[in-house]
Amino acid sequence: MADEKKFTGYVCTGCGLGERLDAGQLETTATRDGKMQRCKQHEMLCSAEGVQMIKDDIANEAVTHVMIAACSRRAKMEAFNFTDVALTRANLREGVIWVRPDTNENRETTQEMADDYIRMACAELKSMTKPAASGEQSLNKNILVVGGGITGMTAAIEAAAAGYPVHLVEKSGVLGGAVGGYYKVIPARSPYDAPAENPVPGMIETIENHDLITVHLNSTLAKTEGAPGRFSVDVATESGVSETLSIGAIVQASGWKPYDADKLPEFAYGKSRDVVTNHELEALAVAADGGPIKRPSDSKAVESVCFIQNAGQCSGKEGHLSYFAGVTDLVSIKQAMYFKELNGDCDTTILFDNLRTPGAGGEDFYRAGQNAMVTFAKGIASEIVPGDSLTVKFEDKILNEETEMACDLVVLATGMEPNSGPDPYAQLMMDEAEDEEEKAKAQAVLENAPPSILNLQYRQGTDLPLLKHGFTDSHFICFPYETRRTGIYSAGPVRRPMDVQQARDDATGAALKAIQAAENAGLGRAAHPRSGDLSFPSFRKEGCTQCKRCTVECPFGAINEDEEGYPTYNESRCRRCGTCMGACPVRVISFENYSVETVNQQIKNCDIPEEFDEKPRILVLACENDAYPALDQAAQAGVEINPWVRVIPVRCLGSVSLSWVTDALNNGFDGIVMMGCRRDDDYQCHFVRGSAMAAERMSKVGDTLDTLNLEPERVILHEVAITDVERAPRLINDMAETVEKIGLSPFKF
Amino acid sequence: MSDLNTAMIEKYRSSFLKEVEANVEEGEWVKMCMQCGVCSGSCPLGKHWEHPPQEIFMMIRAGKREDVLSSDAMWMCTSCYNCIARCPRGLPITHIMHGLAVYSKRLGLTPKKQPTAEFSQIFWDNLMKKGRVNELKLGLSIYFKDGFGQGVKNAMANRKLGQNMMKAKRMNAMEMFSGHRIKDLTGFQKIINKAQEIETGNIKDFK
Repeated sequence: MADEKKFTGYVCTGCGLGERLDAGQLETTATRDGKMQRCKQHEMLCSAEGVQMIKDDIANEAVTHVMIAACSRRAKMEAFNFTDVALTRANLREGVIWVRPDTNENRETTQEMADDYIRMACAELKSMTKPAASGEQSLNKNILVVGGGITGMTAAIEAAAAGYPVHLVEKSGVLGGAVGGYYKVIPARSPYDAPAENPVPGMIETIENHDLITVHLNSTLAKTEGAPGRFSVDVATESGVSETLSIGAIVQASGWKPYDADKLPEFAYGKSRDVVTNHELEALAVAADGGPIKRPSDSKAVESVCFIQNAGQCSGKEGHLSYFAGVTDLVSIKQAMYFKELNGDCDTTILFDNLRTPGAGGEDFYRAGQNAMVTFAKGIASEIVPGDSLTVKFEDKILNEETEMACDLVVLATGMEPNSGPDPYAQLMMDEAEDEEEKAKAQAVLENAPPSILNLQYRQGTDLPLLKHGFTDSHFICFPYETRRTGIYSAGPVRRPMDVQQARDDATGAALKAIQAAENAGLGRAAHPRSGDLSFPSFRKEGCTQCKRCTVECPFGAINEDEEGYPTYNESRCRRCGTCMGACPVRVISFENYSVETVNQQIKNCDIPEEFDEKPRILVLACENDAYPALDQAAQAGVEINPWVRVIPVRCLGSVSLSWVTDALNNGFDGIVMMGCRRDDDYQCHFVRGSAMAAERMSKVGDTLDTLNLEPERVILHEVAITDVERAPRLINDMAETVEKIGLSPFKF
Repeated sequence: MSDLNTAMIEKYRSSFLKEVEANVEEGEWVKMCMQCGVCSGSCPLGKHWEHPPQEIFMMIRAGKREDVLSSDAMWMCTSCYNCIARCPRGLPITHIMHGLAVYSKRLGLTPKKQPTAEFSQIFWDNLMKKGRVNELKLGLSIYFKDGFGQGVKNAMANRKLGQNMMKAKRMNAMEMFSGHRIKDLTGFQKIINKAQEIETGNIKDFK
């Protein structure tokens, strides 16, 4: 009988659980309070026998719902990986015995804690169903690469090498991108002592001869709709002919553009033709065709050249780039070596303030430049005076003097700007602007928006969301390729400034992520960070008020709207964070195994002692990605946690429904601590916006407390990192102290 | 200024760095300095220097030939080797300082009355006479280098030290007359002359 539910609990007595807790009572709690049909004990549940026992029960006795009372849900995940059932874990080890002292006077409260966790787990299990894929998924192995530069070509070659058909779309008429026009590149292999051959011609040849790669030149994306595994992309050529491709996943390698040096009048750019940018110098070096590099004004072979580092970048000045392109010092060393190679005894000076030569060979390449007699002078250029010979005025930072030098050619080491699409949230920013200044800023962003690259037909705009400085947003610590549009991976300098080798590495990573996304979409599994998760959100249409909050607040733009304004979920775009669930004011959105109800049941089934027992209850809603593992680590380290605390892990703080807070307070909880990830520009939220959304929603929680006539200190929200092993328990214990100070909640029954 | 100096100016008109590379002992290392300043920070006498090593290297690259060669900075080096031990780029900084001092001396650019330079000359002259250093004569030459009156004052001030050294038989008053010499003084002088000939020849060959 497929519909029949069979609930079974398993209590582990290993790891000291049996000695510290009364396992018989736990069993009784599970069956009597938790309504488990059966409950079994095992002395080491994660052992092969223990796991086999559960497996046998599932196979022979048609168990559909399993409650495991043992260690933290983040421990022994491989052992307790039962995909055929709905599964929950009561955390008795890290959650109870490891955070409480082993003394007689604490025995009672420790047992109470364990009993509560069992009740909570059983209650959660009761409102769960086994997650299964939606059935909308399909396997589509085609990979679309947008951009035919070094990054795009690498992604195409790597994906094709793995056996996946690739469509490579390039806006211009040739492959190669910016690097295609370079004389040589920064060396990527030992001994890193000279500029290396440009890899582009070889790569073009590989692509042209590869059966699995289809190149679309002079083409752009007119329309991209669908989801990973079923993207439908219209590729339009200049003549207007368009072709519709069916695509599994996308790599966006739209590259970069050089900084506009016209913004540097102090360096006589535009006034003298002998002042060029690093980007333009490449063309001069190629034009030299093996002979000496000639200066543009009178074609005289250059006898002295000066490189000005950080021209218009890494600076707080208006119109300059505030960030450093990361590679331009290496680029200047490379280009200085062009002169040593081609122009004989050319005086070559690099004026630098901070010389940064990152990467495996960076330092070696710097030394190679010094060995080649490139002069490195620590100084800051202030002005270039044009003339037959250019005069570079600069402050010598070592000799501490204003000085100058004469040279035939000046090269400005300018920065890199991302070639990203328009900010999809500019309109939203405009609509939600709180003052005129903010509005004007948003207006400017809208007006200067570049043309769209992807033309996504998504509710939340046409392109990938951006972070600082217009680079595409991705989780910089944990999954740098994962953008905020699942199945679309940005790679290369559109993600952050980088050199050729970094771009090639980046492209390889993105290609593999794209392959993974296509494969996952075929199986209905989530991408990072809940990789492999089969649950997906659905909503109860009768209850939906078409308020559109879920479609607007989804950090990944996964939800579209149909004609009537109802949300349409796209399973393979969804990252399963539940931010939509937290957003829904009428609580109609749920996952099979995670819903407003599963957490509500846990809150309701926690035993609240009567007021005169003087045993407060503190609810902790902890992000399962950072805060919960931080608490687990604290437990391993033996950090004590207050016995009144009950921790419920949540997928993301963004999934927290305000009703949980209200219900917990109404049920007599004395304090609530919410723990999510850092949420500013350097966010650590695994779902990018979840933590920020939660903070915004909870900023209104004061009103709720007001209407309940409760003190505002009873609810607090913290940013916790996975490394906060000491701090996380302290924050919880602080709440216990607060409760002691302000007294118990009046809502005890 | 010496003829050699004029010749060198002429030859390396554009690059003092190249001149240093060619003529100064270990001078080819100067270009490898990355201007971190650890040498200057490590030098126990650094604050007494006109230009600490980092600055000297920068001045060489900036072509400040006169300033470097007529500076007394490199004469201040006491060879404590702190800078060499600490230089992240492995530059033999102490040796470069001595190399620069020697080169400046050879070109006749050393500041007049520079005490280290004077001492070095006296030491050298003393050594050349007998092939070994005559400490008594060396001491006296130094005391009297600034004239007789100053010499007597210096000698009186250090009288006790001298007496103790004699008592401990570390110094012999008889050394005043002739003094010890090495066995084959002529051979020694021949070696020195040949070495000097080669060294001068090396510089003269840069044409």
